[in-house]
Formats: sequence, C-alpha cells, structure tokens
Amino acid sequence: MAEKTLSSFEKFIKYIDSILPLEIELIINNFDRFIYGVGITLELTILSLIIGFLLAVPMAVARSSQHAILSPIIWCYTYVFRGTPLLVQTYLIYYGLGQFQFIKNSWVWDSILSSAWWCALIAFTLNTAAYTTELLHGAINDTPKGEVEAAIASGHSYFGRIRRIILPSAFRRAIPAYSNEVIFMLHGSVVASTITLQDVLGVGRWLNGRYYLAYEGFITAALLYFAIVFGITRIFRMVERKYLKYLQ
Amino acid sequence: MNLFLKTVTAGLLVLTMTTTVQAEDTLRIGVEGAYKPFSWKEADGTLKGFDVEIASALCAELKRKCELVEQGWDGMIPALLANKFDAIIASMSITEERKKRIDFSAKYYQTPARVVAANSSAIDGTAKGLAGKRLGVQRGTTHQCYAEKAFPDAELVLYATQEEVFQDLLLGRINAQISDSLVANDSFLKTDDGAKYSFKGSDHLDLECYGEGVGIAVRKEDTDLRDKLSAAILAIRENGNYAKINNTYFTVDIYGK
Repeated sequence: MAEKTLSSFEKFIKYIDSILPLEIELIINNFDRFIYGVGITLELTILSLIIGFLLAVPMAVARSSQHAILSPIIWCYTYVFRGTPLLVQTYLIYYGLGQFQFIKNSWVWDSILSSAWWCALIAFTLNTAAYTTELLHGAINDTPKGEVEAAIASGHSYFGRIRRIILPSAFRRAIPAYSNEVIFMLHGSVVASTITLQDVLGVGRWLNGRYYLAYEGFITAALLYFAIVFGITRIFRMVERKYLKYLQ
Repeated sequence: MNLFLKTVTAGLLVLTMTTTVQAEDTLRIGVEGAYKPFSWKEADGTLKGFDVEIASALCAELKRKCELVEQGWDGMIPALLANKFDAIIASMSITEERKKRIDFSAKYYQTPARVVAANSSAIDGTAKGLAGKRLGVQRGTTHQCYAEKAFPDAELVLYATQEEVFQDLLLGRINAQISDSLVANDSFLKTDDGAKYSFKGSDHLDLECYGEGVGIAVRKEDTDLRDKLSAAILAIRENGNYAKINNTYFTVDIYGK
C-alpha cells in the first residue's frame, strides 16, 4: 500500500515536471537543504531582532531625552546605519575588518569575526537597532502630554515615568511600524547569502549553481520567504488585537 | 481607444524592427570581468584578459561588430537564455549538465583544476586530506560540481566570484580552495599575498564535471552561430592570432591536446 502511494506521488511529480518548465524533482530532492536554510534565516533574523530591540530601547529613551551628549551620538549612529545599505554594512564587517592586521591578530578575529555567521549577526543587529531606535523615538515623542503631566502630578520620578507610563504606551503605538521592520529585516537577511551563509536564498543559489538552473532556486526561496512573512503578519495581527484593542 | 491601439502597434513594430536589426548587426558577447587572467576589469572600467581578446579576435575573424556585455557568473546562462546577449566567452567548460540547457562551440582552451592551500597546511589535495576542512569554490562553476563529487566530506563554502574565494583564503576563513590552475597561479599565487600559499596535490580531471574543455556557449537554436564560432576558433589557431594572445598571458599553450 505504502509503495503504491509513493509511486503515485512520484507520478504526480513527473506530471507537474512535464507541464511546468521547472525541475521540480531537483527541488524536492534537495528540500532538506531548504529546510536547513529556513533555520539559518530564522535564527539570524530573530536573534538580530531581539538583540537589536534590547539595544534600541535605552537608545530611544536617551535620544528622546534631549541629553546634550547622548542624543547627538545616537542620532549620528542611526543616521549612518539608516543611510547606508545593509549589504554595504555587511561587506564592511566581513571583508573590511579583515584588512586590519591588528584586528586579524586579536582574539576578536579568531572567535567572532572569522565566522560569517557572527559577521551577519553583528551587521543585522546594528542595522535593525538603528531603525528600531528611530521608530521608538518617534513613538515616545508622540506620547500625549496629559499622560506625562498626570505621571508627574502623581509623584513619578523620571525613570518611573519612562518605565510605567511612557514606554508601555510608546510600545503599543510602535507595533504596526515594528511589524514592518520585522518583515524588512527578514527580507534584508538575504544579504547573508552573499557572505557564504546557506540561508534560504543561499540554498537557492547553491541549487542554481550546482545544476546550472535559472529560476528553480529563486522560486523555491521566494515561496519560503512568502510563507514566513505570512506567519509573521499573522503573529502581529494577534499581538495588535491584544494590545491595540482599545483603539478598535 | 483607436489611437491607443495604433500607438501600441506602432511601438511594437518599432521594437521588433530594432531587435532584429540589432541581432543581425552586432554580436553581443557575455563576459564576466572578475576572473583574472581570463577576464578582469581595469580601474578605468575597460575589460581585459584572455577571454576578452579571444572574443575580439573571433569577431574580427567572423567580420562582425561585437559588443561586450558584462554579466555576473551566477546569471550567465539565464542571461543568455533571456537574450541579453548571443554568446558567452567567459571560460565556461563544456559539460553534459550545461548542454541540457545551452549549446557549445568547439573548445578554445583546456586547463586542469588544482587545490590551493597554505604552504604550512597538511592538506594534500585528496578527499581524505580535505575531510572536515572548509573548501572554497566559486558557485555555479564546474569546481562546485567536482568538489561535491570528489570531496564529499569537505565543508563546501560557496562564493559569487573567484576573487572572493582568494580573499577569504587569505583571511583564513577557508582552509583550501579548488579552481582553475592558471587562474590560481596568475591572480593569486604569483601575487605578494599568495607567497605563503601553493598548489597541493596533482591536476584534477573529471569528464562528468569538468567536461571536454572550455567553449563558447550559445542558445540551442543558434546552430549556425555555433558552427561559425567553432570554425573561427580553428582559423585563429592556424593564422597565429591565437598564439599571439596566448603568449601575452601564458608561457605554455593552453589549448591542450
């Protein structure tokens, strides 16, 4: 019985193969590699988003504080990282830093920068932290004056206000924009494939290169990214329904 | 609506006319430009190299005007199939796998592949010696095919260009690389950076992956162009133009047997 279903599945594949100008069989035979690629993509995207967010919260607070030293420094950082392409940032970290002998001879090289994975994680984290900082900065600035005044009147200290009033309300306002940042970061993570990592696009390019194909690797990668984005938008819809209910 | 239709038809007519004229007049040739000494880009943007000069010698032989189109290696075959150019002269080996999609002229050179690693490295170019080691190859090349077949236990690291492979070998991110021996010698081992590296093991030949030499790729339907190019290769072999180009780059005749 099992043998029969297998052969009819194979027949089905052969049929799809014959009507589409694509090598479906090659995609299916190498699908385990694509699954591995999804793992690398999600790992890099999720980790950089988490670390980037944790870095962005204090930076956004400092940037909104009008602090004479911190605010301009953070403005410079976000300006540089939002003003240059992620690909360039990743190349500078991956190929650029290795040109300095003192970096190459230090422990940082051996344990971190010699690995493509770490280079990608650093570049992605710095990039998303810059965008998230500006996004939260905007949300903090939009805090209704009345909320802050009420907090002061009820005796909240500066950090007490930030922690209990300003940040929770800013986070809520930032959810829709942040869901875009998450999707942009996922799409940006394809840069990993240019520095030898086997993420989803990296596996697609491997398949194209190995069998001299034109589209198969890219189409499979596109469908996988599409599926991941579908999942992300679903999650954010749930989050919005929960935390932005008072607006609906 | 009528006017709109007329404009569209007129536009289409002009389009078809220009494409046919273009296809007849100039031969568009795809080259890579990141594969020294076969093709590279000078600081001023001009393309140089053995492939580039062979291309112009063949065009002179065919008495046709040629236009060089730069194309990254990854997209070389798709671009040929999408009619971005009519022939590829970019050190592309004639293999069975590629012949499923495109056609080739007769070979215009044939050189062996070799493994390169640091002088001090114990890598000997065998499957056993490379087991567990990080081996760099350019993606979509015959070397990717060969490395997966011959060194199944090595960890393959894929790059878009051969230049990036050498760069990461220098930075120590990969333990060894496999590529065309002439390319490795000329653009890496002979440079100051490459002094600490050398060939490991002997020549690698493999009919399935490396095929029968390097040819000019054309679309399958362009059999006429294919045959003319094959004849032109033999012609420049005979009239000495090939030898002239060969000798400006190499000390041995790379045509092979």
